Amino acid sequence: MSHIKSLYAATALTALTATGALAETTVTIATVNNGDMIRMQGLASEFEAQHPDIKLEWVTLEENVLRQRVTQDVAASGGQFDVMTIGTYEVPIWGQQGWLVSLNDLSEDWDADDLLPAIRDGLTVDGELYAAPFYGESSMVMYRKDLMQQAGLEMPEAPTWDFIKEAAAAMTDKENEIYGICLRGKAGWGENMAFLTAMANSFGARWFDEDWQPELNGEAWTETVNFYMDLMNNYGPPGASTNGFNENLSLFQQGKCGMWIDATVAASFVTNPDDSTVADQVGFALAPDNGLGRRGNWLWAWSLAVPAGSDATEEAKTFIEWATSKEYTALVAEKEGWANVPPGTRTSLYENPEYQEAAPFAEMTLGSINAADPTNPSVEPVPYTGVQFVAIPEFAGIATQVGQEISAALAGQQSVEEALEKAQMLTLDEMEAAGY
Amino acid sequence: MARAVTSRRKIINTAAAWTVGLLIFFPILWTILTSFKTEATAIADPPVFIGFDWTLENYATVLERSDYARFLWNSIIIAGGSTILGILVAVPAAWSMAFVPSKRTKDILLWMLSTKMLPAVGVLYPIYLIFIKLGLLDSRTGLVIVLMLMNLPIIVWMLYTYFREIPGEILEAARMDGASLKEEILYVLTPMAVPGIASTLLLNFILAWNEAFWTLNLTAAKAAPLTAFIASYSSPEGLFYAKLSAASTMAIVPILILGWFSQKQLVSGLTFGAVK
Repeated sequence: MSHIKSLYAATALTALTATGALAETTVTIATVNNGDMIRMQGLASEFEAQHPDIKLEWVTLEENVLRQRVTQDVAASGGQFDVMTIGTYEVPIWGQQGWLVSLNDLSEDWDADDLLPAIRDGLTVDGELYAAPFYGESSMVMYRKDLMQQAGLEMPEAPTWDFIKEAAAAMTDKENEIYGICLRGKAGWGENMAFLTAMANSFGARWFDEDWQPELNGEAWTETVNFYMDLMNNYGPPGASTNGFNENLSLFQQGKCGMWIDATVAASFVTNPDDSTVADQVGFALAPDNGLGRRGNWLWAWSLAVPAGSDATEEAKTFIEWATSKEYTALVAEKEGWANVPPGTRTSLYENPEYQEAAPFAEMTLGSINAADPTNPSVEPVPYTGVQFVAIPEFAGIATQVGQEISAALAGQQSVEEALEKAQMLTLDEMEAAGY
Repeated sequence: MARAVTSRRKIINTAAAWTVGLLIFFPILWTILTSFKTEATAIADPPVFIGFDWTLENYATVLERSDYARFLWNSIIIAGGSTILGILVAVPAAWSMAFVPSKRTKDILLWMLSTKMLPAVGVLYPIYLIFIKLGLLDSRTGLVIVLMLMNLPIIVWMLYTYFREIPGEILEAARMDGASLKEEILYVLTPMAVPGIASTLLLNFILAWNEAFWTLNLTAAKAAPLTAFIASYSSPEGLFYAKLSAASTMAIVPILILGWFSQKQLVSGLTFGAVK
């Protein structure tokens, strides 16, 4: 009998503790788990000290979970978040849907003109800036200087794909588990397809022609994917069809990759002597090209935006202005050093001699970002924006399926031609269903 | 001779049980070991089992970065609240199904179970929209209700099975002595079914504790339980396996301890009525 009473008591306690209220304005920020964001969270007490009427609440989630959560919330006007961390793929689509609040009215001190043009263009729809870039990234070649030297080669600052192939062949030593090149093989629009779409741009391929007709079974895509398969099958690590960023990072840090083409954010990991066994041997180069005027690098900016359903719009803007300002950069530099400031968003940072000295990869990052043009990503004109993606809502679904076909080809389950033929058909179907 | 066979069989059975037990426990053990490694050792190839420099650095980082106590408290409230609420609803339901069944009782039981066959994501949007309307998003109350509803079929089924083992004549005798329905359920049925109720409570507490779909989708900052705490340490761009393991260990340790101390009740409850 006594335990029945305690059951009731516990239920009553649950009901009592389950309700609560907060007095001050709370700004809830949804963010991803990466170094720059965690640092911002750590420094947020400075912001709260300056703005005692604003309380910050953090929701940190894994990138894919975050994307699903914030999309669901913004689409249903759930109002759970006041600041959302989103990327260059979401911003143009959401901005067009009217899901985001325009940030054109941020103060003059914030200096919108200082933003890197490629980054700013990717976050603007019809003249309205819908998100403030927190950090920007591109992709580049990271390579082992010692292995390159042993192979008797020298990495040019701006290599061609043919050179990459030559170097990969020369560096590969499978008996000692050294693979000339490590690339993404895991299926997903943000995984293998991010890499392949950027690579395809440099081969003159495009997702759609100007009438939105897919070109995946065309000559340029076939050439791109065959080149990729050739690299991966002959000089890549075994089981590459399941390798994403983390798997390749792990291989590179253990000295098993001669070259790795991936996000510029990796530079700080592979050069960190605490984690990387090859920290002092890493060199950087621009992503490769094929002499067609486009490089195979992508462009991404994790950005802060205010959803239209927020009930603390002004406070959210105040926070965004602080987190993406030059003052914030200076604050990080003061507390944690110039090498740790969020890169890739402001021209002034790259003109700063202290930063240039502290970050050996700074110049390469800037060069890579400037080499990408989201409004004109490929050799021929396209009807879409986005470098490693197509900024339409259907793309994530389509590209993930296409990525699965290519991943299956890499695993040896089908030929490149079969994979691209299927990719073409499914893209055609999805685009027709979407009314293009 | 017979004894030799028996003891050999005993050894084989014991070895088999240990092997299966270790196989099941190994991922948890590996997570715990990884939580004491540096990030570099965590991804070392070949993997290091025990011979590494043990460090508490990951726990320090996790505790510094996250408000563990808040996540833990939310987990306790959500798992505890939903389980208790579920039992309160399920005891009368199971009583009526076990002792005063109608022609449709079997159908109702099957129908209840069939709701578990629907993938949760299928009802995510309706529930999300209802929660917006009722202001229940990111509230512990909302999660208590949803998790209770999710686990209710299992609770009712388990209790129904236990109640069926109790002879209806005993309840009849209580009624003859003038017990009301409430008294019959509270003072006669419930005490007899305590092992069954206890194991149902425990199993559902564990299920609610580990639930990661609704708890991630319906919470933000205020009501997020330990599942969200773990999710905040996962990253597709960056190798933070040691920190992720530390966070996971901190999330599973309370339930592991609870399970350890209550394994007797759990086993006796799960085998309740199995031997006639």
